[in-house]
Amino acid sequence: MSEIADKVKKIVVEHLGVEESKVTPDASFIDDLGADSLDTVELVMAFEEAFNVEIPEDAAEKIATVKDAIDYIEAQKAA
Amino acid sequence: MGMVTPLGLGTENVWKRLIAGESGIDRIHSFDPSELAAHIGGEVPEGPTSEGKLTISDWIPVKDQKKMDRFIHLGMIAAAEAVEDSGWKPESEEDRCATGVQIGSGIGGLQTIYDASITVYEGRAKRLSPFFIPSALGNLVSGNVSIRYGFKGPNHSAVTACATGVHAIGDAARLIMLGDADVMIAGGAEATVCKLGIAGFCSARALSTGFNDRPKQASRPWDRDRDGFVMGEGAGIVVLEEYEHAKKRGAKIYGEVVGYGMSGDAHHITAPAEGHEGAYRAMFAAVRSAGITPGEIGYVNAHGTSTMADDLELDAVERLFGDEGRKVAMSSTKSAIGHLLGAAGAVEAMFSMLVIRDGVVPPTLNLDNPSRESIIDRVAHEAQQRKVNIALSNSFGFGGTNASVIVRGV
Repeated sequence: MSEIADKVKKIVVEHLGVEESKVTPDASFIDDLGADSLDTVELVMAFEEAFNVEIPEDAAEKIATVKDAIDYIEAQKAA
Repeated sequence: MGMVTPLGLGTENVWKRLIAGESGIDRIHSFDPSELAAHIGGEVPEGPTSEGKLTISDWIPVKDQKKMDRFIHLGMIAAAEAVEDSGWKPESEEDRCATGVQIGSGIGGLQTIYDASITVYEGRAKRLSPFFIPSALGNLVSGNVSIRYGFKGPNHSAVTACATGVHAIGDAARLIMLGDADVMIAGGAEATVCKLGIAGFCSARALSTGFNDRPKQASRPWDRDRDGFVMGEGAGIVVLEEYEHAKKRGAKIYGEVVGYGMSGDAHHITAPAEGHEGAYRAMFAAVRSAGITPGEIGYVNAHGTSTMADDLELDAVERLFGDEGRKVAMSSTKSAIGHLLGAAGAVEAMFSMLVIRDGVVPPTLNLDNPSRESIIDRVAHEAQQRKVNIALSNSFGFGGTNASVIVRGV
């Protein structure tokens, strides 16, 4: 697992208070990890802070799963 | 009933300690108060739940805690005890819709607002938590309690400074009388023993500052050496229920809300008028709505904050009772737990109910030398055995808002 993936997972565990084993790449924040719409806003903010990236609102709306988040951040970091 | 106070968690635990003459006032622990004039307050003691102390994680999952200011935490804990005690767990949609919530707060999430302001000040406005607003709003104990238990009836919240708790209980009782609900979860919650809260009341010259080295002596209602109130934090929540509804399901009934009166001073934003005539009118209105005479009241839980206004309330109480004042006991439980602002009226109405249940009146601590004499027994230092059938509880708030509630045993 990449360093980014590892860090994303940690943030998700911390903010949503879920078991680490449940944070799989395909896990949906809302459907599988018990987040509501405000939780996802907070999660995106935490990603922005941790990775020093800007995630605009239209991009944030498309981040539904753990993998979506990792992919988006990796793309930003590669650019 | 459910209660969280500087004397701990749990109605029976708090009541026992109150009657024993214990004080929950101490030097403030949650922040360093040394740059402020007041160094003391009534904080809910931290510790194991089994010892009647506060461990928030036993009540609210860690991930949800950050979505709620401390006043919501304390309110949720008191509500959990009250709902459990009442045994009212409606399953049907009809019963849920007939169960409402009216839990207020005098100020709301002050520490949350402070923290958010810092974030904005530091140029990080875009990093503001999406939970900032729902954490700070004063009606969010009502909101969170309804969500946790599925109570879908009227969802309301009084915000009337230090009169909030009485307004919440009085208004909730009226909603039941008017048929808007069969059951109301009612009360107040407050958590402003924070730097901003203490500093603000210090600036208003409202807090005791001369007893920083003797915290337990600082709250001394009617005593000649009193020099301001001591702020406390906590929550008091009752389950009110239409009488026949409660009887039918065999509910545990502490007593009945029989009278409620309100008034406005129209005088000054923080100081009561001469003779506290607004307090008199609130008490008189409560007596009238109860259909009783003042002489039938055996106990008054005074607003009695340990400020100059104590004697004005005493004027008003003496005027209400006349010669019958000789038969009344009046105490200020703020002497033991401090002033819980928006939660005070609820906690004190609950104490009044327990006076009736147990036939014992809690003391006014530190009343060593009354600043003036009165025919009214103010229960100095020690609890008194006394049979009481009807009790009155007063709460007055900044803005010149006054509320009195009368409770009776059944």
